[in-house]
Amino acid sequence: MDDVRMIEVKEEILADNNQVAAGVRDQLRSKKTLLINLMSSPGSGKTSLILRTVEGLKQGVKLGVIEADIDSKVDAEKVAARGIPAIQLRTGGFCHLDATMVTQGIDALSANILDLIIIENVGNLVCPAEFDTGAHKNVMILSVPEGDDKPLKYPLMFSICDVLLVNKIDYLSLSDFDLAAMRKRVLALNPNIKIIEVSCKTGAGLEEWIAWLQKEVESFRSGQRSK
Amino acid sequence: MHELPITESILKIVLKHADKNNVRQVMAIHLRIGKLSDLEDDWIQRYFDYLSKGTVAQGAKLIIERTPIILQCNSCKTSYEADMAAIGDAVCPACGQTDSTLISGREYYIKDMEVQ
Repeated sequence: MDDVRMIEVKEEILADNNQVAAGVRDQLRSKKTLLINLMSSPGSGKTSLILRTVEGLKQGVKLGVIEADIDSKVDAEKVAARGIPAIQLRTGGFCHLDATMVTQGIDALSANILDLIIIENVGNLVCPAEFDTGAHKNVMILSVPEGDDKPLKYPLMFSICDVLLVNKIDYLSLSDFDLAAMRKRVLALNPNIKIIEVSCKTGAGLEEWIAWLQKEVESFRSGQRSK
Repeated sequence: MHELPITESILKIVLKHADKNNVRQVMAIHLRIGKLSDLEDDWIQRYFDYLSKGTVAQGAKLIIERTPIILQCNSCKTSYEADMAAIGDAVCPACGQTDSTLISGREYYIKDMEVQ
């Protein structure tokens, strides 16, 4: 019988995905297309935010949307009804998008020259945080009815995002959601995150979100490297 | 929840190294996974057992070392360990500040494997 021997492996398990993601980022940067990865729990308002963003962005910003859902195309139809090119990726049971799936979405949108592509990731605060999609910026939504303890339960998601949109603030007076406690928990995980309170229903706070996005799009269009 | 794609990646890397080293049987695989990951050890093993059927890695045991969540205080640079459940409420034990940077806890790494 052969002796048992040890082989050194020393490899990152997610190296393949990370490499594809880095390729997506570079390719889109050279085309001056900003890629945003939007993540949240189911029902916190990702599709509503995208529809509000379509209304709010300046004329002339060309937007495309990659929708991910386990098995439906309801979201893409809502976006396409506004005249925005939208691709629905059905993840077929997968709980997140990876960089290869995003590549398929980008290819399917490639007939359009775009300034901005928003990925609506699968509604889930766990898995999407682990897989780099190739996005230049990660944005998440936490809605008031979900509770202020979510940063304690899903720390990884809060730690990887550039922007946190706290949605449904019109519901704040009806709930015991503690904005200050939530803010403190999120900033402890991620001191650089930008927190914006919004309501996709009333429109409150959306101008700050649109201004941030518009600035990012413009810095990409002018070929500047955004931080 | 995302154990399946992670396990597929593990198997792919393991088989690549097994092939390179003329391995007849993989006995065990040593992994390093950060505590911030929500992966369940039992499920990774179950998926691995299923995916590895008919390969030289069939029957291999996954031995998972969990690396701690380490934060570094942005004010005084002290490093300290945090618990997953309390990470959002973590404060620096040296100076009491909450502003910190994550320096360990997200690892997904294959160290080595025992083979015949």
